[in-house]
Amino acid sequence: MNMQASQATQEQQVPEMAIHTRDLSLWYGTFQALHNINLDIKAGRITSLIGPSGCGKSTFLRSVNRINERLGYVRIEGTIDVNNQNIYDEDVELVQVRKQVGMVFQRPNPLPASIRDNILYGHRLHNRDRKYSRAEEDDIVEDSLKQVLLWDKVKDILKRKATELSLEEQQKLCIARLLPVKPAVLLMDEPCSSLDPKGTAAVEELIWELRGKYSILIVTHNMAQARRASEECIFMLMGKVIEHADTAELFVTPKHKETADYIEGRYG
Amino acid sequence: MQQAQTAISGRLPDIDQRDLAWYVDKLLQFLVFIGGISAIILIIGIFTFVTIEGFGFLLEGFSFKEFFLSEWWEPTDEDEPTYGILALVAGTASVTGLAMIVAIPFSLGAAVYIGEFSTGKTREALKVMVELLAAIPSVVWGFIGLSIMNPLIIKLFDVPVGLNVLNAGIILGLMAAPIMTSIAEDALKAVPDRYREAAEALGATRWQVIYKTVLPAAKNGLLGAVLLGVGRGFGETMAVLMATGHAINIPGSVFDSVRALTATIAAELGETAVGSEHYQALFTIGIFLFLITFVINLTADLIVRGIRKS
Repeated sequence: MNMQASQATQEQQVPEMAIHTRDLSLWYGTFQALHNINLDIKAGRITSLIGPSGCGKSTFLRSVNRINERLGYVRIEGTIDVNNQNIYDEDVELVQVRKQVGMVFQRPNPLPASIRDNILYGHRLHNRDRKYSRAEEDDIVEDSLKQVLLWDKVKDILKRKATELSLEEQQKLCIARLLPVKPAVLLMDEPCSSLDPKGTAAVEELIWELRGKYSILIVTHNMAQARRASEECIFMLMGKVIEHADTAELFVTPKHKETADYIEGRYG
Repeated sequence: MQQAQTAISGRLPDIDQRDLAWYVDKLLQFLVFIGGISAIILIIGIFTFVTIEGFGFLLEGFSFKEFFLSEWWEPTDEDEPTYGILALVAGTASVTGLAMIVAIPFSLGAAVYIGEFSTGKTREALKVMVELLAAIPSVVWGFIGLSIMNPLIIKLFDVPVGLNVLNAGIILGLMAAPIMTSIAEDALKAVPDRYREAAEALGATRWQVIYKTVLPAAKNGLLGAVLLGVGRGFGETMAVLMATGHAINIPGSVFDSVRALTATIAAELGETAVGSEHYQALFTIGIFLFLITFVINLTADLIVRGIRKS
């Protein structure tokens, strides 16, 4: 009850910031991977994270839905607010964080079940209070697949195993299965890195399509992709945020020398 | 310049020389080949031997109806010896059935804990322990059944005899559990970690990840593990001989004593005249057991291999 009430108030005053971090530092054992990250990521926009390998961009992304904690030897200081709620507060439930913050991985990872069951997996986990009828579930499946532009392709093969789809379709499915629980934020960890150019274009187009409806944070190795498919861009280096600006601005008139050097391909 | 010319045009020196290493290589290849196919030779050899020894009975005294449907195993009856294995099959089946009821929860629980929850040193230590447990000789298990379980069952359930289906089933279940745990854990390990990561990222708890994703993905391997346990149960001899009570009987409850197929062969073969009808009948039981365990193990193996491939 309490939860619903707070959700309602959150929906009324849509927060300007989807993700807001203060002095976030992260250690893998004794190795410090993130240093005092202070970021404000706007709601409803696509923000890309770029930087050379090992700069901490994936680590940061993975700490926003706390999937990092699977490793067991991760320590975190500072705060990450998602829709004004610090997800590292003691009374926060992991399951709720992951409902609010969906994640798409580098390699498409559909579960070894049917397309339909994949879409409904998260929905069924988070809506255990009542039984949904088949028709209601069908609607959810159709709606989610339409949002990722996959419905026409798979509407007749919903019972087929999701792992039989092409990689591009699998990745779209992985995005689609996040949508039924209405997440506030979508995290994408190099979502196109295992796709061919055609698949990359299709998924990029989809991400662009979702702009405005969800707050999207996307890690990419591919600078051209950041430029094409994001509205804001964050450049990270050695676990620190160097620059955060509108994508157009960052790529045309970078304020820091490191950013300029990276964009011009002098390292990374 | 001159030398280079001859090297190109003439024969290379010593081109047809074989040194010792060549012969060693061939010899070792042959020996390794023999070792490699020895399993096939042994299987065929044993089956042939068992069949030949039991063949006389199969041709003459054997009646399908009597053998499988009579519950009277009375090979030493002077007037009219009968060879019915129904009661023995019932004994083996009841003990194996109870053993699986004991072993499946134990082994699957252990496999899930070792594979999904434990980490680092705990995990390694547990795996070693399970292997060690699998290596305990069956006579030791039989001894435990005889000297610990027997009085315990008499005391707890107030029954006259503690050597019965319950005793043997528990002993056999504990015996089969380690190997089943090993195979089941392999099956869980074969489930790619990205499935777990995906399910967790969607908000599944540890248990939901296991129950909704890992177990279904590993179900063939787990089935294979259970079948191997069943095969073990059918084939086990010593512990069953010691813990069942060795009384020919179709059990009405778990407190009845029974006798197993394997135990019958072990107990009686030494006391029969080689080549007699009784001797041959025991070998016919051997053929039957061989076929059953062969089919069970082959099925289990095919199932387990199936998941490795896909």
